[in-house]
Amino acid sequence: MSASFDYFDHDADVGVVGRGATIERAFEAAAAAMFAIMADPAAVRPIETVRVEFVETDPEFALVTWLNRLLAEARTRGLALTRFRLRHENGRWIGEADGQPWHSGIVPGTEVKGATLTGLRVGPVGMNVEARCVVDV
Amino acid sequence: MDLSRFEPLDDFRWALAGGAGRAPVILYGDRELLAAMDDKVLEQIGNVARLPGLVGAAMTMPDAHWGYGFPIGGVAAFDAEQGGIVSAGGVGFDISCGIRCLRTGLTLDKLARKMKALADGLFVSIPAGLGREGHLHVDPQTLDRVLAGGAQWAVERGYGKPVDLEYIEDHGRADGADPTQVSAQAKARQLGEMGTLGSGNHYLEVQVVDRVLDAEAAAAFGIAEGDVLVSIHCGSRGLGHQIGTEYLVSLAKAAARLGIDLPDRELACAPIASPEGQAYLGAMRAGINCALANRQILAYLTRRTFGHFFPGADLETLFDVSHNTCKAEPHRVDGRERILHVHRKGATRAFGPGHPALPERYRAVGQPVIIGGSMGTGSYLLAGCAEGEARAFSSASHGAGRQMSRSAALRRWRGRQLIDELAERGILIRTESMRGAAEEAPGAYKDVHRVAEATEGAGLARRVAFLRPKICVKG
Repeated sequence: MSASFDYFDHDADVGVVGRGATIERAFEAAAAAMFAIMADPAAVRPIETVRVEFVETDPEFALVTWLNRLLAEARTRGLALTRFRLRHENGRWIGEADGQPWHSGIVPGTEVKGATLTGLRVGPVGMNVEARCVVDV
Repeated sequence: MDLSRFEPLDDFRWALAGGAGRAPVILYGDRELLAAMDDKVLEQIGNVARLPGLVGAAMTMPDAHWGYGFPIGGVAAFDAEQGGIVSAGGVGFDISCGIRCLRTGLTLDKLARKMKALADGLFVSIPAGLGREGHLHVDPQTLDRVLAGGAQWAVERGYGKPVDLEYIEDHGRADGADPTQVSAQAKARQLGEMGTLGSGNHYLEVQVVDRVLDAEAAAAFGIAEGDVLVSIHCGSRGLGHQIGTEYLVSLAKAAARLGIDLPDRELACAPIASPEGQAYLGAMRAGINCALANRQILAYLTRRTFGHFFPGADLETLFDVSHNTCKAEPHRVDGRERILHVHRKGATRAFGPGHPALPERYRAVGQPVIIGGSMGTGSYLLAGCAEGEARAFSSASHGAGRQMSRSAALRRWRGRQLIDELAERGILIRTESMRGAAEEAPGAYKDVHRVAEATEGAGLARRVAFLRPKICVKG
């Protein structure tokens, strides 16, 4: 299947769900879900790339770390992000994301403060992998 | 929420006795508010009641709703001498998010003549929302001084007046901040974010005192019906968010290593006395100072803008309260004074009359408490009361509390339509985010009047005045 994302309800915040054929694709889709809360992906051009790298053996902590590392890079560099690539080997995760600096043509959505451990689950659903958690907005 | 297992102590207090490794739970609020709460609130506060070293009961305020780890509106106190813990999930990501309230010295009739121009002026001068950095960029060395000095640093740099500090919790600076426990990434996120509002439920609101409910306290607070106030709701911005995210994972791992059996990983914690607990406290207090400095700078920007439209206007700080904190405070428990680490996650400190930490001006009536409501309904100013000390370690509600998820609000409302409807009611909204406006629709929040009444009925704080919104700048 091609990767896809969705949302689930939470009283104060927003739940994000990424689905894909592999854990990497599911994580990429979860990142796309989170950044779509902040900006319409169609309005963001992929002209700058950020890179994140971390070590984490627990797949659920890895999802939270992946999302939070991306958030930190995006905020520090003033970027809206739209495309995500991730690979992992023996607990080492290496990812990239493309985007561009915020400008008046990108209509702001709602700022995400961080990915939380609430509703956190990474695991198989049918033939695919699903990665979900609540993000604090 | 099913209240069948709870014993009503009165109309506003509901108790669940402890047992099987769980301390008692007390829910504050009337039957209708509690019945409408998500069952997750009960599950989350029940988990808090199982944490080590809890003193008394785990509690929720009348505005409680489902959070992460602790519920929003959760209060719990821990004693370090009894193995008590400090929890990153008990503070939240937006460390020391809070409200700065300013008296403007203006009345509604004067505001009305320049309201639209003021709304536009504030929207330009207050950096709000995604993609907007602050006017003030600091270098890493300066940021370390911010993290150690809080609002005191900001005042020393000219962003305000020394008298402001008398009306900020802890005189504008949290003791024990340790900037060395804050990561380089967290600091990097903050270099361009000093003096920014953020988005989500953060706002700058110009309000009018609609009704005074307690004349004595209102006089002490220096307000009367028709007066114009400003409330600035925001927190520690990227730095606090980064501290929260990093310590949430590291303390969740530490808890397992330290033998703490967490009923929910999101309660990520460590014993207060442990190196891990002390590291988090040092970082979290640095986050508090970041938030206090941030609100001080925003107050400065607000004063400058008011001064442009109303020459000679003197905006005085009424009070500055934080509502995502863990603070070491003396409290009397069973006749003995103990230093407790009180977690208030979406809850406000509410010291009663006579408390020595209060400024002289408010000592006879109690600490100002602000229940921030939605942009279409209004907010309450309250005063801490004496019973609140024994009942909730001097804590009270912090807002109206959401009753509808953001996704549900987005399905139901359109931002532009809401803004137009509010304008017809004389409330000017300024935001670039239509999504944010829809998510923050007044109907997505609980009835603020009911929350304030329940807060008073529960003996946590008494109502002083109802504030009606006139201008709201949101990110």
